[in-house]
Amino acid sequence: MGKEAFGLAAKNNSGVLSPFHFSRRETGEKDVRFKVLFCGICHSDLHMIKNEWGISTYPLVPGHEIVGVVTEVGSKVTRFKTGDKVGVGCLVGSCGSCDSCTEGLENYCPKSIQTYGFKYYDDTITYGGYSDNMVCDEGFIIRMPDNLPLDAAAPLLCAGITVYSPLKYHGLDKPGMHIGVVGLGGLGHVAVKFAKAMSLKVTVISTSDSKRDEAINRLGADAFVVSRDQKQIKDAMRTLDGIINTVSATHSLLPLLGLLKPKGKLVMVGAPEKPLELPVMPLIFERKMVMGSMIGGIKETQEMVDMAGKHNITADIELISADYVNTAMERLEKADVRYRFVIDVANTLKPTP
Amino acid sequence: MAKSSDQNKAFGWAANDKSGVLSPFHFSRRENGDDDVTVKILFCGVCHSDLHTIKNDWGFSHYPIIPGHEIVGIATKVGKNVTKFKEGDRVGVGVIIGSCQSCESCNQDLENYCPQLVYTYNSRSSDGTRNQGGYSDKIVVDQRFVLSFPDGLPSDSGAPLLCAGITVYSPMKYYGMTEEKGKHLGVSGLGGLGHIAVKIGKAFGLKVTVISRSSDKESEAIDRLGADSFLVTTDSQKMKDSFGTMDFVLDTVSAEHSLLPLFSLLKVNGKLVALGLPEKPLELPIFPLVLGRKMVGGSQIGGMKETQEMLDFCAKHNIVADIELIKMSDINSAMDRLAKSDVRYRFVIDVANSINSA
Repeated sequence: MGKEAFGLAAKNNSGVLSPFHFSRRETGEKDVRFKVLFCGICHSDLHMIKNEWGISTYPLVPGHEIVGVVTEVGSKVTRFKTGDKVGVGCLVGSCGSCDSCTEGLENYCPKSIQTYGFKYYDDTITYGGYSDNMVCDEGFIIRMPDNLPLDAAAPLLCAGITVYSPLKYHGLDKPGMHIGVVGLGGLGHVAVKFAKAMSLKVTVISTSDSKRDEAINRLGADAFVVSRDQKQIKDAMRTLDGIINTVSATHSLLPLLGLLKPKGKLVMVGAPEKPLELPVMPLIFERKMVMGSMIGGIKETQEMVDMAGKHNITADIELISADYVNTAMERLEKADVRYRFVIDVANTLKPTP
Repeated sequence: MAKSSDQNKAFGWAANDKSGVLSPFHFSRRENGDDDVTVKILFCGVCHSDLHTIKNDWGFSHYPIIPGHEIVGIATKVGKNVTKFKEGDRVGVGVIIGSCQSCESCNQDLENYCPQLVYTYNSRSSDGTRNQGGYSDKIVVDQRFVLSFPDGLPSDSGAPLLCAGITVYSPMKYYGMTEEKGKHLGVSGLGGLGHIAVKIGKAFGLKVTVISRSSDKESEAIDRLGADSFLVTTDSQKMKDSFGTMDFVLDTVSAEHSLLPLFSLLKVNGKLVALGLPEKPLELPIFPLVLGRKMVGGSQIGGMKETQEMLDFCAKHNIVADIELIKMSDINSAMDRLAKSDVRYRFVIDVANSINSA
């Protein structure tokens, strides 16, 4: 029968979110149940509510940057107790036995279960964090550091790990290295903060000059290059060890490849729907690489959150009430947010009769 | 320009325009300097890059061009500073004959990534000379860019190793393909590069699957070259069955083609290495990269130290190219056949026996 839950769901691909009563499973022996305090709005939520990737089933309760306080733990849970501050990101399950799972990379498990819109082991569909309570297997729960404000820390659970994982995996985390961050949105601004905390030199690459002051004076980037300005691109050629590319719109890779030093790495974390043009010559003549990355494993996510705690890294957020969510989605579509909306769930998501 | 004297006179076959037709051409090489080795050319491989260059497919050809960068010959003269070679030694000259010797790449023995790299042909040296390649009777090269040709490696079938061999060997090492036996390598395209990649892959203990557009070369690949399996890209069921099974794919194809099926063949964390130089950019689907943490990289020949290491490795494992030996005068029809991929798998010009000074 499950426990009552209340949230906001999209009922069709118009993407409009509206009140939704549903139930979550009872707290199983390995489950952690928590009251949701805040949930970040990720651009993926927008893609999913509108079925832009063709995999959405309705009703869809989005949200995979979820933080809250534990209210109940199952009998076999060892690492968490009532009252703990916890979070859940993009994953709530995986097979546990494949090569990826064995290496702590549940995110690449072919049977990984995403926090919303996916079929769980009990054949129910998972519902995400735009809701009042969450229940999740202990293995996918993240402990949130005491010193971080939970609202601003919520986006770390997707945006944070999405940029942290490739910086580490591709060896772009050595002090003194110079990395570029393309796009200054939810992912990009967090990438700048982590990179600076890793003692890297950071250049932000953007299509317009409007965020230059922000990037340098507030976020701490070392330099700013407007990608449409030929001279700025030319002056920055062959200076970067790596680039974290957060842009999901169609765009040209050629100038970005030019900014890399030989052997440099262009990491795609944004996922344009249509294929991009790949100029092969920079790869062949300068041994450059283009790679992709998607969130991170659970162990890695915990490591990232712990680092954020140590260095006081949080997202720049606009806290909104639950009834603002549809307006927020419209603004998100136009990239009109500095840099993540976070829903004040506990205070503003109230069940309607 | 180098002073012309009887000693410097040279003879080769050059293309004069983008028709790519090669014909006899008299020119001169520089005097043998203190650091130089003069090589009497015995054999020269015909690389697909030679064809692209003489037809100006890449847009940076300057005519007249004598191509050829898979050169094996005998040292006939060595300058007074030359320590590594003596007259009579069997030597090789590959794709590069100069670099700055002071940048980060050069200091790491990666002359092939030096921004001031000088190619063996269709290039200009710092003294202004236009460099001409190995479809000629002799070449004069700085000792740092001359390779020692190991005993036991035949001059004719060993010649293609100087470009094709190093072009596949270098990325196999750099991208970690040779670290563990039993890993699965896909070789896309079975031509000059591809057939050597199969041989070198097997010598490193890898499982090798050849990926090809048609089944024509299947028995060749398996029975003669030693590949473990053969995958035809148009067989959608077999392709599907092979999704997510390969650790690496070496893509040797330079014609326009889709990368999506090659990415699908890779396991999570799989690596696709592009070696072919297409005329236009390829289409890169991003989702497979992101969903599977896959990557596409490139590679260009190798440094001199690595090229020597490759030659020694091939000599040890008896790896040579499969060649069709031709006379210099047959070069134009060979180029026509190469354009249609009608060769198993490299033409090599028997230079010494067929190039004659008119």
